[in-house]
Amino acid sequence: MALLEVKDLKVRVEEREILHGLTLTVNEGEVHAIMGPNGSGKSTLSHVIAGKPGYEVTDGQILFKGEDLLEMDPEERAAKGVFLAFQYPVEIPGVATMNFLRTALNAQRKARGEDEYSTPDFLRKVREVSKSLNIPQDMLKRGVNVGFSGGEKKRNEVLQMALFEPSLCILDEMDSGLDIDALRIAADGVNALRSPKRAMVVITHYQRLLNYIVPDFVHVMSRGRVVKSGDKQLALELEESGYAQFEDAA
Amino acid sequence: MPAVQETVERVKRIDVDQYRYGFETLIDSEKAPKGLSEDIVKFISGKKNEPAWMLQWRLEAYRRWLTMTEPAWARVEYPKIDFQDIYYYAAPKPKKSVSSLDEIDPEILKTYEKLGIPLREVAMLEGVEPKPGEEDPARRKIAVDAVFDSVSVATTFKAELKKAGVIFMPISEAIREHPELVQKYLGSVVPTSDNFYATLNSAVFSDGSFVYVPPGVRCPMELSTYFRINERNTGQFERTLIIADKGSYVSYLEGCTAPQRDENQLHAAVVELVALDDAEIKYSTVQNWYPGNSEGKGGIYNFVTKRGDCRGNNSKISWTQVETGSAITWKYPSCILRGDNSSGEFYSIAISNGFQQVDSGTKMIHLGKNTSSRIISKGIAAGKSQNTYRGLVTAHRKATGARNFTACDSLLIGDKCGAHTVPYIEAKNSSATFEHEATTSKISEDVLFYCIQRGLSQEEAVGLVVNGFVKDVLQQLPMEFAVEAQKLISISLEGSVG
Repeated sequence: MALLEVKDLKVRVEEREILHGLTLTVNEGEVHAIMGPNGSGKSTLSHVIAGKPGYEVTDGQILFKGEDLLEMDPEERAAKGVFLAFQYPVEIPGVATMNFLRTALNAQRKARGEDEYSTPDFLRKVREVSKSLNIPQDMLKRGVNVGFSGGEKKRNEVLQMALFEPSLCILDEMDSGLDIDALRIAADGVNALRSPKRAMVVITHYQRLLNYIVPDFVHVMSRGRVVKSGDKQLALELEESGYAQFEDAA
Repeated sequence: MPAVQETVERVKRIDVDQYRYGFETLIDSEKAPKGLSEDIVKFISGKKNEPAWMLQWRLEAYRRWLTMTEPAWARVEYPKIDFQDIYYYAAPKPKKSVSSLDEIDPEILKTYEKLGIPLREVAMLEGVEPKPGEEDPARRKIAVDAVFDSVSVATTFKAELKKAGVIFMPISEAIREHPELVQKYLGSVVPTSDNFYATLNSAVFSDGSFVYVPPGVRCPMELSTYFRINERNTGQFERTLIIADKGSYVSYLEGCTAPQRDENQLHAAVVELVALDDAEIKYSTVQNWYPGNSEGKGGIYNFVTKRGDCRGNNSKISWTQVETGSAITWKYPSCILRGDNSSGEFYSIAISNGFQQVDSGTKMIHLGKNTSSRIISKGIAAGKSQNTYRGLVTAHRKATGARNFTACDSLLIGDKCGAHTVPYIEAKNSSATFEHEATTSKISEDVLFYCIQRGLSQEEAVGLVVNGFVKDVLQQLPMEFAVEAQKLISISLEGSVG
């Protein structure tokens, strides 16, 4: 059984159809890159999978581990293992990162019927994970993403990914706003989380990111559909020839 | 549906009717007849066995009140109050005087139990004192002066306070036992002519707390009063007077709840604080009176005058309030910074939901040299509520070197509510430094979705964001109050997100 099956998905935002029948299958352990020009529907896809309000699914379905994902509340999807790393992680003033991580992790565990972490167990786990990502303890005491640099924000996303251990990670434009060094650090963090049990969907404009996170499959989106799929070679071709050739195909 | 839209939908369904503290205690009470007249004032004074000077004071206030009109400048709307349709005095039928909790009507004790109040109290009474040298914060000593309707039913820890020389008793007792102190200070901060509601209070106040901390004494425990309005149609008019003599310190906690009622109930309290040279008073309030039901019916009208006088040099008065209840709140805990180098603080969290209307803030009146004040106000509006911060900062001609910092932040949940900031700033000398910052923001869909994507429910997400928003103020509360306040914030916003 595939981990994620998106079948002929049609999505509207305020009466305008953005996805016109999108199909995508992702198996455990695979890394898929989704590329495409602005407005091709890449971010819409990630938001619909995560359950962001404001999108109307008019047709098609999304199965996650064989279950109907669209029937679930967004927090339920999170507890089942869907993780979205945001393009622009929000700031939450006054809420210490450590407190946020603990509240979220325990909410997910509770939803799955697991015991909540005790304070010492939680601290041990965070320390371990943040150390492997080179995240200073001081950052965890600050408000969630408040005053974080672009690189720190993305590292905080990766930290959460490592902590929550989701089975599906969607990385939405992870490279936006990052210089090359910050990008490398974030990508190293992501690569460390690759596992045969976990799949990743990497959404990006540019091939650059895929030098660091090397995908098994590359899909090109244009005007709300996947117009071409291939292996990592396809990303390199795109870098050469651009997206224009697909505008007509769509 | 966008998150904000969804929040709004849920707000429409708010059920403030599920007010947690909406229960009623069935005990006999003794009421004065409805309405207000000189006879009623005499009745109240007589009930309390007051000396003649006190009755005179009340009658003068009453006569002045007759000449006054209700203030209309606040941003609150309500039907005209019929002051002749209110009971001005209700006391639980007396069981002679009480010296321990055993003697109190078990029904009354049950009420406190529902409020979760007596637990720590009971623990103390059963002798669960911390061993010398080890302070158990959960069992930190708190002396409770409980005001049930209008009469203080029990004052505990009197003995220990007495050892330190601290006087903590119902003000009705203080009038009899310490007339020299009461006469000297009562009305010296909020004069009987101050404003409509304060004048009314002066005429009919039923009871309240009295605290006197002698020179150089650090009050050995937090002093606490829980008010509770129980009787149908009774106005509650507490009068609190706290005096910190030279070099002393006291921290006072006030918590309030009222059971659910259909009619609106009037509450017009007066609190006066006096800090002499080098003294410090910290006054904390958690107020969760019945806010009215989901149609905006019922609820408490809370018209309160609270004022502190930093009378001595280097004195300090700090107000911290968490306001989540009442249908209407009209309240401006203020500081008169009379002594040189004195300082005043106001930390406030005001949450409104449903049809609540809040017009609250502070006044910092700089009179002495090098006085400083600090105002941190956090307003949160949800449902169809209106939340106004109104603040005055003024420096007198002689108040050279006066400094003020003000930060007013408002947070909106949904789009049917309103937040307003009305600052008045006056500097009558050129050496004053006043800073004012104000922000208004909405809980954004993006922030909520971020939290929900990480596994939090919508409600948990709102609670988390709001608690972050008010963190600066929560930190000012004594610890056990902060925990209570945090819970209260979540409870009062429960309706706002379904």
